[in-house]
Amino acid sequence: MSAKTADRIATAVIVAVSGLIVILLAGLLGYILFRGLPNISFHFLTSGPQTIKAGGGIGPQLFNSLFLLVLTLIITIPVGLGAGIYMSQYAKPGRVTDSIRLIVEVLSSFPSIVVGLFGLLVIVNIFGLGFSLFSGALALTVFNLPLMVRITEQAMNGVAREQKEASLALGLSRWKTITSVMLPIAMPAIVTGTILAAGRVFGEAAALLFTAGMSSPRLDFTNWNPLSPFSPLNPFRPAETLAVHIWKINSEGLAPDATQIAAGASAVLIIMVLIFNFSARWFGRYLHRKFTATK
Amino acid sequence: MEQPAVNDQPRVHQRTTRTIAKPHVMEEWVGKVFTTLCVTVLVVTIAAIVYFVASHGLATFITDGVSLSGLLSGLKWDPEGDIPLYGALPFIFGSFSTSLLAAIIAAPLGVCAAVFMTQIMPGLGKRVLQPVIELLAGIPSVVFGFVGLSIVVPFLRSVFPGQGIGIAAGAIVLSFMILPTITTIATDALSNLQRGLKEGSFALGATRWQTIYRIVIPTTLPSLLTGVVLGMSRAFGEALAVQMVIGNAPHIPHSLFESASTLTSVITLDMGNTITGSTHNNALWSLALILLAMTFIFVFIVRFLERRNNR
Repeated sequence: MSAKTADRIATAVIVAVSGLIVILLAGLLGYILFRGLPNISFHFLTSGPQTIKAGGGIGPQLFNSLFLLVLTLIITIPVGLGAGIYMSQYAKPGRVTDSIRLIVEVLSSFPSIVVGLFGLLVIVNIFGLGFSLFSGALALTVFNLPLMVRITEQAMNGVAREQKEASLALGLSRWKTITSVMLPIAMPAIVTGTILAAGRVFGEAAALLFTAGMSSPRLDFTNWNPLSPFSPLNPFRPAETLAVHIWKINSEGLAPDATQIAAGASAVLIIMVLIFNFSARWFGRYLHRKFTATK
Repeated sequence: MEQPAVNDQPRVHQRTTRTIAKPHVMEEWVGKVFTTLCVTVLVVTIAAIVYFVASHGLATFITDGVSLSGLLSGLKWDPEGDIPLYGALPFIFGSFSTSLLAAIIAAPLGVCAAVFMTQIMPGLGKRVLQPVIELLAGIPSVVFGFVGLSIVVPFLRSVFPGQGIGIAAGAIVLSFMILPTITTIATDALSNLQRGLKEGSFALGATRWQTIYRIVIPTTLPSLLTGVVLGMSRAFGEALAVQMVIGNAPHIPHSLFESASTLTSVITLDMGNTITGSTHNNALWSLALILLAMTFIFVFIVRFLERRNNR
């Protein structure tokens, strides 16, 4: 076989494999949406689940997922930003910094189920927070923090050195330089990364099984007192999220229409993740235009 | 280890901070304390995770008297039996076989995709393949599990003997999940390759394929392996997607299409039904400790490969 023929065959194989990947993913998305979309209705999105009867919805689960995401981001963003800024601006090269970097790397590859177990032991039992949204948010913070740190660090390292030095030369302190000059420049990258990370948090289930719990109390959506155990706004109530709900009905669902509910809920989850993905791209580009005067 | 670069982070800063006015010193102090606190939170968290998992995981051997070799090599897991048995080998076997198989399936696909995106059609790769891979990375694991249950398992059941559930189904689902990891890292590695190497090869009259498999792949091999190891580590720790399709029978299967278990699946299923402090519960923590130890091993393999790559 001549080298040219080999080249042609290899190219064809690589192109075919790449095409196959695209087709498989399109098929995957198409299948989930095709199976799920017919089950999605206003009733499905707003009503509560049924245990043994057909016709249950995912209203509380959807609300819980969004609420949990907000809680998690409230905790993760300041801590992640702080740690990322430390790693990129304050950390001096050396043994300590290297080991912190190793820690971030290890933490980001921890299995989420182990993070969930840790949450069960420390947050739920020792801190006494019980199965609650807040415990879930803390567990997800552990899971999300390394990602946030890496995003911030990379974004801050991407800021041009001249800009930083100009600010320092004008007599601004390092912290002022970071918050007023560097952070705005790094913002588009940070926002894009955060939204993508949020999408990951939204679909996470293993870390939540033993922290946010696998059940939801009967929620009363007219009760807006955050301290009442039936109020949807109370962060100290158990809460089953959408991803956990999909897992639960697939493994122990008793309702006759469990498969349809799982299909519908998966489609909702995928649509939410797609929204996160596209909004991250769009919002990142928008901020970039706004902050840097490029057209 | 290589010496870190000292030339950035100009020394000038230290001199300016000393001469600036007082409110600025305060401001600087606030910033430093805040960021240091944040890093401390991170360090304390990981220390706490390792400490608590280790203390509960080791209690099985220290206070409950289960032998370590018995746990690692025992074939029978029956914690609720008259004579409780804690043999975790079936789970360890299940975890290793699913993640290895997943890596074997996903690695060639991922590398092909990366070669396509960097060497063959960069334009089309950037516009179509890259967004597709990024979308794949965003799909939640439970959705993979659901798709596995409703497509992969019935398909395997109709083609091969058995129920369809088992290591093969788990590995296929996992290979989809780790494909983005492998592809992204491989793409980065291939696009960072020195231009001269490739141009030299072309100048000598080599075809594109000869250049790819004689020059490009061998030079970037450590980075490609890094991606594969990271993917395996992700597959090893994945819980729910695997648990949904693997069948959860606590023994070593005779074929790839027979019900089996992994470390993560048994933890997921049993943790809720045990009492804290009981031997059964501690044994589950020991399994979590094995997972943790494997995470560390994977991270060190990655570091080793990266160091080889930088040399």
